[in-house]
Amino acid sequence: MYEHDVLVVGGGGAGLRAAIAAHEAGADVAIVSKLHPVRSHTGAAEGGINAALQAGDSWEDHAYDTMKGSDYLADAPAVETFAQTSPEEVIQLEHWGMPFSREEDGTVSQRPFGGLSFPRTTYAGAETGHHLLHTLYEQVVKRGIEVYQEWFVTRLAVTDEDDPAERTAHGIVAIDTKTGEVAGFKARNGVILATGGAGQAYDHTTNAVANTGDGISMAYRAGVPIEDMEMIQFHPTTLPSTGVLITEGVRGEGGRLFNRHGERFMFEYGYATNDGELASRDVVSRAELTEVNEGRGIEDEYVYLDMRHLGEERILDRLENIVHLAEDFEGVNALEQPMPVKPGQHYMMGGIETNENGETCIDGLYAAGECACVSLHGANRLGGNALPDLFVFGSRAGRHAAGEDLGEPMIQVGPDEDAERADVEWPVEPGEVEPTVSEPATDGGSADADAVVDDAVEAEREHIEDLLAREDGVKHMEIRKKVQQAMTQWVNVFREEEGIEKALEEIREARERYQDVYVADKSRTYNTDLQHTLETLAVLDVAESIAMGALARTEFRGAHWRAEHQERKDDEWIKHTMLSWNDGEPEMWYRPVLLKGKDTEYEPKERHY
Amino acid sequence: MSTETPDTETSEVASPQTRRLKAKAARKAEREAASEGEIEGETVELKIFRYDPEIADKQEPRFDTFYVPRFEGMTVLDALMDARDRYDTTLTFRHSCRQAVCGSDALFVNGSQRLGCKTQIADLQEPVQIEPLPHRPVVKDLVVDMEHFYDQMRSVEPFFDPDDLPPADQQQHQTPENREKVKTSTRCIWCGACMSSCNIAAGDNQYLGPAAINKAYRFYFDEREGEQRQKERLEIIEQEHGVWRCQTQFSCTEVCPKDIPLTEHIQELKREAVKNNLKFW
Repeated sequence: MYEHDVLVVGGGGAGLRAAIAAHEAGADVAIVSKLHPVRSHTGAAEGGINAALQAGDSWEDHAYDTMKGSDYLADAPAVETFAQTSPEEVIQLEHWGMPFSREEDGTVSQRPFGGLSFPRTTYAGAETGHHLLHTLYEQVVKRGIEVYQEWFVTRLAVTDEDDPAERTAHGIVAIDTKTGEVAGFKARNGVILATGGAGQAYDHTTNAVANTGDGISMAYRAGVPIEDMEMIQFHPTTLPSTGVLITEGVRGEGGRLFNRHGERFMFEYGYATNDGELASRDVVSRAELTEVNEGRGIEDEYVYLDMRHLGEERILDRLENIVHLAEDFEGVNALEQPMPVKPGQHYMMGGIETNENGETCIDGLYAAGECACVSLHGANRLGGNALPDLFVFGSRAGRHAAGEDLGEPMIQVGPDEDAERADVEWPVEPGEVEPTVSEPATDGGSADADAVVDDAVEAEREHIEDLLAREDGVKHMEIRKKVQQAMTQWVNVFREEEGIEKALEEIREARERYQDVYVADKSRTYNTDLQHTLETLAVLDVAESIAMGALARTEFRGAHWRAEHQERKDDEWIKHTMLSWNDGEPEMWYRPVLLKGKDTEYEPKERHY
Repeated sequence: MSTETPDTETSEVASPQTRRLKAKAARKAEREAASEGEIEGETVELKIFRYDPEIADKQEPRFDTFYVPRFEGMTVLDALMDARDRYDTTLTFRHSCRQAVCGSDALFVNGSQRLGCKTQIADLQEPVQIEPLPHRPVVKDLVVDMEHFYDQMRSVEPFFDPDDLPPADQQQHQTPENREKVKTSTRCIWCGACMSSCNIAAGDNQYLGPAAINKAYRFYFDEREGEQRQKERLEIIEQEHGVWRCQTQFSCTEVCPKDIPLTEHIQELKREAVKNNLKFW
């Protein structure tokens, strides 16, 4: 058994930042990641990092923009902590050598981004995520922090009290991809989940193949509620054939959107008469699809994003990477032609419920980054707010797990007996096909930490043996692909009750077929067939929770649009959708949104851009 | 003596680096022109290297042939994924982002190092032969052991480490020119294509190799670090298995999927080393 004070699961931006913070707070910390850290999908982020750095800007304005962008589904204490801390974290990154784009006077450049009242997006060309990821990894190397790379974490080692809020996390179980060894890792202080998003629940996504939502599924099954899962961001500018992202920075620098008639539809058709192309992402994505649906798209599929008028010099200075991406993945010379773009799944606003310190309701279990929901982004994340989320809350989780006192959190976590329960008729039973009513008890939770980890390792070994022993069955990819297609068809930008129900039925069928899933590769060496099969279960958990949330929320808020419910219903719906796994029989309930921060009350207003 | 790449349009002397990159672009254009007239078949023929130390019939390395349906814009990675999902889920290769930034899928395709996700099938002769990166131990099928590459990267102390820092609430300043100077070097995605293509690295296991030297370049020329650190960095790259091993064959520059002028960076560091040594005479 491996043993450390703090274990960080995932080696992307949030995981690396958490590990550095825990290390600096004096903890023996290790990162366990299914990829080598520099392969993480933080590296694909392009646009930038929001922080109120300049005179004339303020963290209060950043907080206000974020609350408005969230369509009043974000929790104000999280938003304020975020906006206050982001500037010092950006300076910290600069001190670690991040190659930010610069002004003539040598200071860090900032550019306009969607939904922001001030140009506060710092960036490094159109490759900000790449530079952020490498800068953080370099600092991990500098500190000699241990990295278990290509170790795939499959299970949490958590005690099994009836009430999830009384459980304790003692470690994790992981498979060494190279050798197939299944091993236990004990965490003396805490486990931090930083496993990123779950774009693989969709088939048109900017996300990597590795973004399967493993951490969300593990925390959910261990008893942590997952929050606002229906809130999925569809980025308005992705390349139609691959889903490769074209940064919002193109529009930030002045890029324009056109329909087939050459009209700047954001203005012409009144989608956003003030901000036009720089309206919030949810607004632009809906506008594009409306154009296509009304016959003004190109090839009934996409619209044009044009940046030619910016001139070659400015494009190559600030957006060079976009020219390469358009060329390599769409065959378009963006210096001479407009780029075809359409909305694609990009980001999950929801995730594992945490407070401002990254804590979940399970003692010793933390989450940070895209897999977590603190909730900072609410119903719609602003461009440039994801990367600072990684290091603001990654850092806090790392410090808290290492034992630092960060003060009393304002955000409550965990099951709440008095909470309002959801009253929804599910078209099919969600959750486990055969719920395991009682898991083998580890002495009623009083077992020592080693025993909890050992039991989890044993359970995982048996599970894998069982999977590998099967002689035939259903291939995981057949299951995964059908669910991805169903989600893209029915739980996309535009959502209707009937479609969401169909998606839930597909997911149910997929869960049933998964009972007979079959791993053809019997080798222990680098068995990606086994890994993808295990990941597929996480994809099913995530897809189901998104669809359930989408069906339950009978209003239109932020990224969540419903055909039958065309308005934001503040009287009824300023509340978070919470989902508890309940040993395989999911239960939905609600927690009120905190619109009041430390001193400020954020009054819901209509969103105009 | 100026060692900078001429950047004005009127300049007539292109650096060797610029010429290489131009030649690379010209060859690509030629391939594309050649493939344009071809009548495309319905399937692509792939010959894929297979090996698994544990599975009886794969212990002896072999090539398997797959036929996958062709589509417009299909990349080598698309073809591999389709072959795996359609015919053989045991087919093993690394991949993640699909957009040439994670650096997972450097492969040996038709005899040269390329990123699978960035290589169009239409640009390749068929059958398309796909092998693991040469000069690396094969773990299974197309997966190689990258540890030695990572060791070499670590050996150049690949992290920003300035002599002094301003207070915690103030940023360091860096001129746009200096940022431009290190720009291409910061684009490395650690794919290992350069190292695999390098004859010197193949013969000298201790040679730092192009990627690691480029990483050293990235920090050596970053004006924020300071003179003391710069001196220490020079000692690392000047060592016996450092920059002097490079014989300017340009193979690393040829295969770099991010078009980093690797050979030029190595030469520039050699010049820095000479300058520094002359100082003490």
